[in-house]
Amino acid sequence: MSNSTTLSAQQTYYHLKRNWLAFGGGLLVLSVFLVAIFAPLIAPYDPSQIDIKNILVGPSSQHPFGTDELGRDVLSRMIWGSRVSLQVGFVAIGIATLIGILLGAISGFYGGYIDSAIMRAVDIMLSIPTIFLILAIIAILEPSIINIMVVIGLTSWMEPARLVRAEFISIKEREFVTAAHALGASDSRIIFKHILPNGLSPILVSATMGIGGAVLVESALSFLGLGVQPPTPSWGSLLSSGKDNIEIAWWLSAFPGLAILITVLGYNLLGEGIRDALDPRQRE
Amino acid sequence: MFLYSIKRTLLMIPILLGITLLSFSIMHLAPGGPAEAQMEFSAKASAEARERLRKLYGADQPVHKQYLTWLTKFVTLDFGDAFADGRKVKDKILERLPITLAINLLSLGLVLLIALPIGIMSATHQYSVLDRFTTIFVFVGYSMPSFWLALLLIYLLGVQWGVLPISGIQSLDVTGLTAWGRLMDKAEHLIMPVFVSAFGGLAGFSRYMRNNMLEVMRQDYVRTARAKGLSENVVIYKHALRNALMPVITILGLSLPGIIGGSVIMETVFGIPGMGQLLYQAVFSRDYNLAMGILVPAAVLTMLGNFLADIGYALADPRVRLR
Repeated sequence: MSNSTTLSAQQTYYHLKRNWLAFGGGLLVLSVFLVAIFAPLIAPYDPSQIDIKNILVGPSSQHPFGTDELGRDVLSRMIWGSRVSLQVGFVAIGIATLIGILLGAISGFYGGYIDSAIMRAVDIMLSIPTIFLILAIIAILEPSIINIMVVIGLTSWMEPARLVRAEFISIKEREFVTAAHALGASDSRIIFKHILPNGLSPILVSATMGIGGAVLVESALSFLGLGVQPPTPSWGSLLSSGKDNIEIAWWLSAFPGLAILITVLGYNLLGEGIRDALDPRQRE
Repeated sequence: MFLYSIKRTLLMIPILLGITLLSFSIMHLAPGGPAEAQMEFSAKASAEARERLRKLYGADQPVHKQYLTWLTKFVTLDFGDAFADGRKVKDKILERLPITLAINLLSLGLVLLIALPIGIMSATHQYSVLDRFTTIFVFVGYSMPSFWLALLLIYLLGVQWGVLPISGIQSLDVTGLTAWGRLMDKAEHLIMPVFVSAFGGLAGFSRYMRNNMLEVMRQDYVRTARAKGLSENVVIYKHALRNALMPVITILGLSLPGIIGGSVIMETVFGIPGMGQLLYQAVFSRDYNLAMGILVPAAVLTMLGNFLADIGYALADPRVRLR
């Protein structure tokens, strides 16, 4: 008996600690948000102000994170870059989640041939290495922030679709859905008013973590020079010049990467926290 | 088992058609289609030459016929010529495939070698220091941009301490070395790329293994095994582990696209002349033939990988076959 109480005390501690991590995640997400909103106020310099006399200067009191190859202040560029990351993350995952909800709902609600057809489409998308697909599309469209958002959105709807489908399959058998059918509610009313609100929690978790994933993809594309185009500052393109100057300017690589890590970590921890809060059964 | 394999094989046909149809449509997203795009390479092409090229690409045919022609060519592994140097896409891919495969296989091996024991340990010692440490490591691993990790390693190991080469797959003076020396030289060049491509997988796999193990250890047959007095080692490594390992086969298949996709970034950072770098160059020079010649085979290979994983899973677990 005493053994089991110590275990539960340990477990409680563990869960507290996890919530603490989730809280930390939320705090990280919030602070990146604030930085993005108030970028013009916090940034010490104009992010595109070129200063030929101070090219690739290391961190100092004037430039806490140093300057880049055109003498621009790295901290200011990072602060403005947070806007790009968040825009891409939210819009891309918004698109992906909408498509996912729509296809998943139809698939799970109607079943049969429609379901098989949509699930085959998911299989097709999952067979193609996402980054290859994104690159191939970017090769044809011009790289721009809008295109990046749309392309990431169009290549990340598969997980939400599967999650929504699973929710619909289990929820559509419940009594309140049968009751809605009996009352003569239309299919679209049952789908969007009755079933969907009851099946949203896994979507919320996957969307939160998805934003982190989209931030990673955007920064990778910008790092490769195929994402957000200069002179717009983005974390990925800062890292790209970090790579070109790796032997002389470590600060160009170190700080922007840290910003990406912290942002993505924030969304992942927050997503995990939401999962815990919404569905205690999934706690490990 | 036979029936299951047949069913699973038939399932690949619509996926295969879908992959090719999708790729073909992407190519035709370009204004004027691929024929027009190649002409950008020779701006001075006369109207007559343009017409000839268009015929060559079958662009004067209706779209569905173009798709069929393109598909028949792809089936016979004829991916056309690269725009930039006019060489066969197939040849360009074949000379770059081995190094990409080698790095991916090595990193996959490294992932399994490290992640599985870690996952098992954190499950058998749940809530221990090790378990907590891996939980944090998993979150950081998921969130780490691989190219940043690569840059940090390049800076520390390559620039600061100078213990490892920072780019390419061999040194310039490699011809003067013995066979053993050449092998060591290659190994030195591969350490960082292999580690970087393994890093993301480490987090995912160790997490997955831990959760599988925990799930299995709650099962009745594990309790039975304990109840009849078997030693803890036998219970864990014989009864629990074998069942927890099976789903890993499936995850191995599912993780293929991510691993292959990661090679674009990894090869670009480390300057490795593989498939990923080739795709990157193709995208930059808008070489559709080359880009599609990489995209479609990569997707088909991924699909085959998933197929093999499913078959392997069915071989290992009879319940799957009967579903």
